[in-house]
Amino acid sequence: MAEVLLKVKNLSTLFRTEGGVVKAVDNISFEVRAGETFALVGESGCGKSVTALSIMRLIPTPPGEITSGTVEFDGIDLLKLRNREMRAIRGSKIGMIFQEPMSSLNPVLTIQSQLAEPLKIHMKLSSGAANDRAEELVNMVGIPDARARLQQYPHELSGGQRQRIMIAMAMSCAPRLLIADEATTALDVTIQAQILDLMQDVTEQSGTSLLIITHNLGIVARYADRVAVMYAGKLREVSDASDMYAEPQHPYTVGLLRSVPRLDSDKGAPLTPIAGEIPDLTDLPDGCAFNPRCPWAVERCFTDDPELEEISTGKQVACFEHASVALHD
Amino acid sequence: MAVISDPATEWQLAPPVSARLRGSLGATYRAARRDKVLAASITVLLIGLFLAFFAPTLARTDYERTDPVNRLLGPSTDHWFGTDNWGRDVFDRTIVGTRLSFLVGVSVTVVSTVIGVSVALVISYFRLLDSIIMRVVDGFLAFPTILLALALISLIGPSVGNIIIALSVTATAGKIRLVRGAVLSLRESTYVEAARAVGVPVPRILMLHVLPNIVSIIIVQATFTLAGAILAEASLSFLGAGVPEYVPSWGNIIATGQGYMQVGFHISFFPGLFLTITVLAVVLIGDSIRDHLDPKLRGRLKTTAHS
Amino acid sequence: MWRYIAQRVLVSIPVIIMVGIITFTLVYIGPGDPAAIIAGDEATPEILERIRHDLGFDRPFPVQMGEWFLNLLRGDLGTSYFSGREITELITPRLQPTLSLGFQVVVLSTIIGISAGMLAAWKAGTRLDKNLMIFAVLGFATPGFWLAFLTIWVFAVNLGWFPVIGYKPLSAGLIPHLHSMFLPVMVNSILASAFISRITRSAMLEVLREDYIRTARAKGASEFSVFLRHAFRPSAIPVATVIGASIAGLATGFVLTETIFAIPGLGRMLVDAIVRRDYPIIQALLMVVATVLIGVNLIVDILYAYIDPRIRY
Repeated sequence: MAEVLLKVKNLSTLFRTEGGVVKAVDNISFEVRAGETFALVGESGCGKSVTALSIMRLIPTPPGEITSGTVEFDGIDLLKLRNREMRAIRGSKIGMIFQEPMSSLNPVLTIQSQLAEPLKIHMKLSSGAANDRAEELVNMVGIPDARARLQQYPHELSGGQRQRIMIAMAMSCAPRLLIADEATTALDVTIQAQILDLMQDVTEQSGTSLLIITHNLGIVARYADRVAVMYAGKLREVSDASDMYAEPQHPYTVGLLRSVPRLDSDKGAPLTPIAGEIPDLTDLPDGCAFNPRCPWAVERCFTDDPELEEISTGKQVACFEHASVALHD
Repeated sequence: MAVISDPATEWQLAPPVSARLRGSLGATYRAARRDKVLAASITVLLIGLFLAFFAPTLARTDYERTDPVNRLLGPSTDHWFGTDNWGRDVFDRTIVGTRLSFLVGVSVTVVSTVIGVSVALVISYFRLLDSIIMRVVDGFLAFPTILLALALISLIGPSVGNIIIALSVTATAGKIRLVRGAVLSLRESTYVEAARAVGVPVPRILMLHVLPNIVSIIIVQATFTLAGAILAEASLSFLGAGVPEYVPSWGNIIATGQGYMQVGFHISFFPGLFLTITVLAVVLIGDSIRDHLDPKLRGRLKTTAHS
Repeated sequence: MWRYIAQRVLVSIPVIIMVGIITFTLVYIGPGDPAAIIAGDEATPEILERIRHDLGFDRPFPVQMGEWFLNLLRGDLGTSYFSGREITELITPRLQPTLSLGFQVVVLSTIIGISAGMLAAWKAGTRLDKNLMIFAVLGFATPGFWLAFLTIWVFAVNLGWFPVIGYKPLSAGLIPHLHSMFLPVMVNSILASAFISRITRSAMLEVLREDYIRTARAKGASEFSVFLRHAFRPSAIPVATVIGASIAGLATGFVLTETIFAIPGLGRMLVDAIVRRDYPIIQALLMVVATVLIGVNLIVDILYAYIDPRIRY
């Protein structure tokens, strides 16, 4: 089995807001192996993006704060690095792409100057060499007419093309880990598939691990090797992707899967949404945060909070009643 | 078939203006308790308003009459701020000057806001009228305020009313441009589109949907207009284009003291201090309001617990 | 790009025309009979009639305005009622003091204002930021003529470092010229840079909140580079706007400054003309000032396109 590249342990990140303290990420742990595609899944507000930003240490520190845990990347705890050392890792060993290609590229700088930037910073390339490499990168991500594109500005490119450029920028220094934070959510459906395929190709070719942050179960099914399901700041289930779809063990996962149409479901069968609403993170219920919406909840669920436990090889669940939980009843 | 708008739905789209204002007044009070600078500024303004109303009765001398025997005295217990070159008590004249400043300032602000907002709301829906009026507005805005006011006053004569008119011209033009810009951009927003789709008539859209959202911009701008008007009145008086010399205005007191700098520093010093503090208080309140209203409109950090 | 420039120029023209209409109309409907002013106190009604006829004041309003415009286009700004001299002649010697003052103030206030604003944004929330912004607010709220009074009192009357009044033209040497103008330049620069630094700071802070700044950090760029390379240029647009606005504010400031410091520039000329009701000069100067300001705004608009590529099309 491949070695562990990223090991997140007991990571907690909180935000101090006017409404109270928000524990966006509450004591989560997971591992990403070299070369694998790992998906972090959950609805909006569950803390998955904050997790990614915490790994990169891009959390704005006045309201936000990483309060505990370790993030071991290639053996080094990123949280203990000095700023200068962390900067050397960002963009070179770990690349990240974001959700909004429209606003994630600087509107007043040319594509070329933005692409060449990480090359100049991390690989110390000269302008000429960096520009040449930039052209290669544009070709690599499948944008035709690279030379002309380089001189253009972001607003002259389409959303899909901008995201390709983001991928090129993130991969430019051959990182070992690529984090894609809702990278396709803002794109048209047809383009989404193209971008995902591109990410998969590019990371497979270079053996880069891919951490996909998404709320889209379809993406997870197709591209991920392993999945972690997150709810209200905590991980609820971690397993191999195929396993999760076949035998989900956490009520939330079951709820998610039931609310999504599948090719093998009966035509005309109604979708079952999850009852209730996402909780307010400043006012979580006692016990398991999912209990207001859980069909399997028992008395214990309202007082104690289940921990993530390994119930079989490669499968972890945080639920007292997981044995009774099943996708179809 | 016409779609009849359902009042119930409408109220859900934009809460009544009164509720919003009550909300923001409460918020302001709470903010003032936390923010000392804001509290101090509001206190200064309240003192200013008090003086504006009661200063003439508080004055102990007849500050408009000359008294050459007592000219150019320094600050003392008889004359807290000393006397000027005509022997008039500077303290009395300074506190009475508050009245003029506030009178002009508040009048200009009220006039320009009322007229400006009304005109802006109307023209934003009539394209032809909009083109014509905006040309005129641009024309007036091309002149620096004081220059235009100076020219106007030289034409219609200096009096308090005319000063107010002269300053209101530029202030109104500025308001029209600002509010029109805000209305135009709001018009393109989705909730207005939604209201139109349901069949809400235009004036109602303006009152219920557009107006509450630009109130914050109007209020912030109004504070800066107030500050500007107070400064402008003082500048005009300083140049001699404002009220007659014997009427106390901070501007003309400073002007009088200008020539007596060496022996009468106190003459220009105190009114200037009052002027600066007053304008400062207004500006700080404006800043505070803007800071409190803006983040709520803008939404918070992009990297928060949104996902 | 050129189309954008042409469009901006085209849009400015109606504004200039409107400015002219306003200027001419205001003065026209104002009180005061120019013929009486020219003729003096002893004129008889016949003489007044003749003067009116000679100068064309009995012609209809649109004709008079049209002629005034035509003259302007030909470079003829009119004739002073008092001295009878060509206004263009009167303006020329007074250009140097005003332009010199303007140039020094704009350069100084831009440099100080932008630096202070950027510094405050960089150190946002710290004591340095708070102190800088206190100075900025004070500079914004303090009346120029009072600040001038204070600086004169401190530096000229008490310390004697600078002359109270007394302007020396460039012909007297660069250093004496600058020295004689130092106080007025300083006063106006403080006011303008306060304004500029406030806007620079808030523009920078806004830009720093944008997604592309996060991307830059994710690429491993240093904070310094994030600031100067990524954040400054997008924030340059509101900064350019405010520099343009501060130039407009200067026009006002100069009237006061030149009066206080006895500088023989255009501001003084305007005040004198207003006192003497020399209407042609008032008209001409208002027109000149407003046109110059429109020109400045035009330049700022063109600068926008240079700064932000999105605007070019």
